Amino acid sequence: MKQLISFIQKEFRHIFRDRRTMLLLLGMPTAMMILFGFAITTEVKNINVAVSDASHDERTRRIINALAENEYFNLRETASRQRETERVLSDGTADIVVVFDENFDEKLTRGEKAGIRLIADASDPNTAITKINYTTSLIKGVESDWATSTPSGRIIPNVRMLYNPQMKSAYNFVPGVMGLILMLICAMMTSISIVREKETGTMELLLVSPVKPIYVILSKAVPYFVIACVDVLAILLLAVFVLQVPLLGSVVWIMVISFIYIAVCLALGLLISTVAHTQVAAVLISGVALMMPAMLLSGMIYPVENMPVLLEWLSSAIPARWYITAVKKLMIQGLDISYLWKELVVLSFMAGFLLFVSIKKFNVRLQ
Amino acid sequence: MIVADNIHKNYREVEALKGVGFTVNAGEIFGLIGPDGAGKTTLFRILTTLITADSGRATIDGLDTVTDFEQIRKRIGYMPGKFALYQDLTVEENLKFYATVFNTTVEENYELVREIYGQLEPFANRRAGALSGGMKQKLALSCALIHRPAVLMLDEPTTGVDPVSRGEFQSMLERLKRQGITILISTPYMDEANRCDRIALIQNGKILTVDSPDKIIASYPDSLYAAKSDNNYRLLGRLNERPDVKRCYVSGEYLRVTFNTEAVPALDGVEIKPVQPTVEDCFIYLNSKRNNL
Amino acid sequence: MNNAIKINNLTKKFGNFTAVDNISFDVQKGEIFGFLGANGAGKTTAMRMLCGLSVPTSGSGVVAGFDMTTESEKIKRNIGYMSQKFSLYEDLTVWENFRYYAAIYGVRGREIATRTTGMLRELNFYADRDTLVKDLPLGWKQKLAFSTAVFHRPEIVFLDEPTGGVDPLTRRQFWELIYKAAESGVTIFVTTHYMDEAEYCDRVSIMVDGRIEAMDSPANLKQHFGADSMDGVFRQLARKAQRTD
Repeated sequence: MKQLISFIQKEFRHIFRDRRTMLLLLGMPTAMMILFGFAITTEVKNINVAVSDASHDERTRRIINALAENEYFNLRETASRQRETERVLSDGTADIVVVFDENFDEKLTRGEKAGIRLIADASDPNTAITKINYTTSLIKGVESDWATSTPSGRIIPNVRMLYNPQMKSAYNFVPGVMGLILMLICAMMTSISIVREKETGTMELLLVSPVKPIYVILSKAVPYFVIACVDVLAILLLAVFVLQVPLLGSVVWIMVISFIYIAVCLALGLLISTVAHTQVAAVLISGVALMMPAMLLSGMIYPVENMPVLLEWLSSAIPARWYITAVKKLMIQGLDISYLWKELVVLSFMAGFLLFVSIKKFNVRLQ
Repeated sequence: MIVADNIHKNYREVEALKGVGFTVNAGEIFGLIGPDGAGKTTLFRILTTLITADSGRATIDGLDTVTDFEQIRKRIGYMPGKFALYQDLTVEENLKFYATVFNTTVEENYELVREIYGQLEPFANRRAGALSGGMKQKLALSCALIHRPAVLMLDEPTTGVDPVSRGEFQSMLERLKRQGITILISTPYMDEANRCDRIALIQNGKILTVDSPDKIIASYPDSLYAAKSDNNYRLLGRLNERPDVKRCYVSGEYLRVTFNTEAVPALDGVEIKPVQPTVEDCFIYLNSKRNNL
Repeated sequence: MNNAIKINNLTKKFGNFTAVDNISFDVQKGEIFGFLGANGAGKTTAMRMLCGLSVPTSGSGVVAGFDMTTESEKIKRNIGYMSQKFSLYEDLTVWENFRYYAAIYGVRGREIATRTTGMLRELNFYADRDTLVKDLPLGWKQKLAFSTAVFHRPEIVFLDEPTGGVDPLTRRQFWELIYKAAESGVTIFVTTHYMDEAEYCDRVSIMVDGRIEAMDSPANLKQHFGADSMDGVFRQLARKAQRTD
């Protein structure tokens, strides 16, 4: 026990004495939160919209008014003709053109289908889709008013943006950033600190000593575990008080699931350290094999549901996916723990399996 | 104390050790001497149980390096080639850490390291990374000794250390030997051979010879001469062309020459005198003999 | 002009640490000059200044006929450099390494091939010209590295611990190469940890704590310090050292 304590003490000294490591461990989460929260945002504001209204009736006017009043839209032109559509889009006057059919009001009152065409500049498809979505939801909002006020109108489905009514991207990124940061700290830093000892030759001495390998592993894991927990708390505080992301679910359960995820990441770090012989290799392996998939396949940036089947299947092997889903459910959807049993089971199984393998693979010799 | 028997070790297609065998007696300083790439470090790693040999057997104090490695690890002190110290920990922290690693305390075995560590105590709070080569070497030795090992294995402890510190280091080993510790030391510097009780010369994964330095020198078969002129390079060319010259090479201020004949030819403007061979001369002789076979 | 190197009152400071403290010496053409000193005595810093890699804090010097402070690019073109750490590209073949160095120093296309062939034949390496350098024994690598350093026929070659860890026989063959180069008029400036190698040099300087404490031929130094080997001379001087690296 005394051995273990002095081991852990030594690891903390390594961390505290290296300013760069400290900066990475504590500055990185803050920087990433602020970057993702404010700068890198998929949220769309200031949508320039032009309207081509051939009908000029009560209903089209109400829709146009709604567009003009909404803070997300700038109404640039109201009387553009249909053939001018292309001009407005290409010269950048508008990002989106709303084209009403002729006799819009009449058709609707008769119970026929009335058309609105939305023409968007799709050179950036992602934002175009978001803009279209905004516009559609706004038009549907106006429609739903008619549905209640005029009993003769047809029933129009009421679509709302659930959980994130303002579509604020920070909401999505907070769980994602947590997933990434923990992966970075636990997997990458742990593997680096073990491989560094291989490089300086101190691992040789530790192996030659009667120290149990499990002590070496534990002493590497404990400090990063502690720091990871501090980071989780820091991210949550930043999210709630700076980015104003609501924390709907139980903090206790968020911590519990984070513990399990941290264990998975630590095990991955140990596994990498058994393969890598230089610090550079350790960084490369953890970057390519862990960070990239965690970013691209975890659903942090691209929704898992939209992936091809093969990638979707692959993504279920990525711990970050399960963790991020779980945190989303807990934090933003405010779901009860009973909705999370799948994520809990998968992560616990991964943790158990990876820890077992990495401890087995940890060599008592150099080969 | 240490027995190596016909040890082979390959790294992929490279044969690092090609049947190495020798015995180190209890309480002696045994030197493993050979250039870089001769297989010294591989052999050390096998003896310290860090790697296993492909074939052959090694024992330390009767314990097998493969099956009894846990027992061996308690009894040996090892100093790897790179002075395995934590550069960002202080001198004192390093020593204390290694003491706990070996389940002991600095106080318990302080007597043994007092003389060596005492010189470092003024710098106890300095980071190991900021020490000079000689001081790092002393700290690494203190760390290797802190659990009072029966066998001390030092892999190239004097590489990168200046001649003054090298000399001091040798006297420290002498004193440790008097305390009954068996010492196995490797070095590429042939001039360190004379400080060892017995040495093994190793080259290309094979042992050239094992004996005391004196006996190795005595077994040098030829009469060795030193030759010098005002231009040694031209003299070298001149001597190498002569049929009665067996071998000729540069060595410091003088050239070293052996002749095929008993009589030493008199050469114009050349000073020739008999000299005592050194371990280095023996190494060159044994190495070229092996290559010619 | 018989001096390959001539430096006056050269000083290099890093902050308030004086790495090289007011050194002056000259090296004659074709001379083998040994530059000795304990670790941290300032050898590497001094050598970097001579090679034009680092600008002196004060003092002046001429290397290969060019001014150290103003013409360092010309100096670089007229010197060769070899160190124990960086010498050849391990993942290129012998031939490719030679071509690479020749191209760097502006040896002309046709000449590269003829000179490379000649040099490899001379070193008995011609048969191994397509071998990757990493597959060669250490001693061979050092010999090859030296050959690349003198390939462009520089006036001066700087050798930084060229024989560390090499076996005794190869070490001697290496020194034969050095002798040969010196014989053809190349000036050799060499640092070493082997004191017997100091005795190969025409003249030796010994640096202690940034200053040159002794400079003379090995025979004179031994006589002056009453030592029977250069090792003894070095020990007497190095013991005075105050600073650690």
